[in-house]
Amino acid sequence: MSRSFLTKTVFIFGVCLAVSFSLVPFLLFVSSAFKTQTQISSIPPQWWPDFSLKFFRSALKNYGIMHYLLNSIIVAGTTTLVTISLGAFSGYALARLKKKWAHLILMGILACAMFPQIAIAGPIWRFLQIMGWLNTYHGLVLPYVALTLPLAIWILTLFFHEIPRELESASLVDGCTRFGTFIRVVLPLSTPGLFTASILCFIYAWNEFFLALLIMTDPARQTMPVGIALFQGEYTVPWGEIAAASFVTTAPLVIMVLVFQRRIVTGLSAGGIKG
Amino acid sequence: MASLGIKNISKRFGKVVALSRIDFHVEDGEFCVLLGPSGCGKSTLLEIIAGLTLQDQGTVFIDDRSVTNLSPRERDVAMVFQNYALYPHMTVAQNLGFGLRMRGVPKEMIGKRIMETARLLGITELLDRRPKELSGGQRQRVAMGRALVRRPNIFLLDEPLSNLDARLRVNVRLELKKLHKQIQTTTLYVTHDQVEAMTLGDKVIVMREGKVHQIDRPEIIYNKPADTFVATFIGSPMINLFKGIMTEQKGRFIIKTQDFHLEYVHDDLRFGNGELEIGVRPEDITVVREAERGLRAKVEVVTDVGAEKYIHTRLGSTSLTARAAKEDSFQLGETISLVIRPSRLHIFHDGRRI
Repeated sequence: MSRSFLTKTVFIFGVCLAVSFSLVPFLLFVSSAFKTQTQISSIPPQWWPDFSLKFFRSALKNYGIMHYLLNSIIVAGTTTLVTISLGAFSGYALARLKKKWAHLILMGILACAMFPQIAIAGPIWRFLQIMGWLNTYHGLVLPYVALTLPLAIWILTLFFHEIPRELESASLVDGCTRFGTFIRVVLPLSTPGLFTASILCFIYAWNEFFLALLIMTDPARQTMPVGIALFQGEYTVPWGEIAAASFVTTAPLVIMVLVFQRRIVTGLSAGGIKG
Repeated sequence: MASLGIKNISKRFGKVVALSRIDFHVEDGEFCVLLGPSGCGKSTLLEIIAGLTLQDQGTVFIDDRSVTNLSPRERDVAMVFQNYALYPHMTVAQNLGFGLRMRGVPKEMIGKRIMETARLLGITELLDRRPKELSGGQRQRVAMGRALVRRPNIFLLDEPLSNLDARLRVNVRLELKKLHKQIQTTTLYVTHDQVEAMTLGDKVIVMREGKVHQIDRPEIIYNKPADTFVATFIGSPMINLFKGIMTEQKGRFIIKTQDFHLEYVHDDLRFGNGELEIGVRPEDITVVREAERGLRAKVEVVTDVGAEKYIHTRLGSTSLTARAAKEDSFQLGETISLVIRPSRLHIFHDGRRI
């Protein structure tokens, strides 16, 4: 047996292990979502579902998941929009600032990202209460922006750094303003970075549970993760509906990532290789 | 079209002096070349003229109007960058039209000008391509086109040929010269290549370490270099430079060096005391075989460049390079005679020409 064959086998085995480790729980709830009520509680468990849409109908009707979904779209969408706008401006400034200072600021931003959520949850709640922003969309978007901004700034700074200054000079000489150059030359060339940062922010805001639970006590404003967690009644755990709702929550993200896969990969490897 | 004036420009980056008191004038329609080794501040000067960098001191004049407080847009200069700096996300046509679009030129006009320029540069079939689908030479043309299409006051070119391979460079150089004859736009061309400077420039400015060493027509730069730096920087192979002192013997001036004596012919003699530096170009030394004439020297290396030969010889501690015809042949170690034309000697004192 050749050495390269051995390494290859080990490599493939390792990859399979890692993939199934992450994927199996996901597949379990996907399969549950398509089961019928009897299948879901059968012992021994039945792996392959009947592809019934009963749980989806029930989740839609009895638990009103569309309205949680809408809240999630509003909150995650706004968070992404605000974070990317702010992140693009600050990232550009940091990419063009003197190296020493930029580095210092970037490190400061990274330090901010290190705070555990629980440490800032109290102050955030108190602040929102004083402002009267509990149970409002912007009340939730605000901490989300604060929490996603460091990552966005880091990704975008790296990206803008890679854009040759000569291109900006050319644009300035061609008669563009500094802002025009940013919009017409720098941003279009950074689309992979913008995509990557956007998707990561969106996923964060989409999946976030703890702050959403804390801030949104009014069911009318709750997002999907909170909504699903509260499906549970006093005596019942509606597993099927939970699985169906989780499927509805996750599917858009998976599709989005698959569609933009190539752009995200280039985005995440920025800085390592020249664009 | 416009003239360009540079008055007393200085610029520092931290402790490094990039430019110190630069002064020169480029006439309307003139092709002026800024020549100097890399890091001499010539690119910084271009950026200052374009308005991309602010000088610490001094003024830039375009048509005798100070443009110091004007943005690059308002100065209306065009620049060709060393790496071309084409916008990768735009087609060639969009690259060419970008500057016009930014200045609010009407759409039909933009299309017309793009076609005109593309025809002038022979890039009409490339208009729909993106920069990454172009070869180096094609990119260079597009970069030139982007500058030309705007019909700017002044053309700034920052080593535009340095990324091309050798043969292409010669062709593009000739084309550039023709193009300038045709459009007659005031041009400032930065290069570290002396051949480009000598062949393209109506006027050459030689710079080193942020200072101007000489401003003259190319033939004067070559025939009467202002100092030892200019003398050694221009000309290939390099000028022969050796140290000596001047003495007078019975009304004749004799240059004495460690290894030999030379007669010097000149009517105006204002030599300081002390050591001089004497320069003589290889083509001003004739190689002869008669032992009774000239300086006896030993052949060390012969470089054959095809059209001619260069004989590197040694006289004691001095090495001298002389030019010979391609038909002549020499043995290594052979002793030959060098005849130096006295009228072609360049005499420098403290580095300056006298």
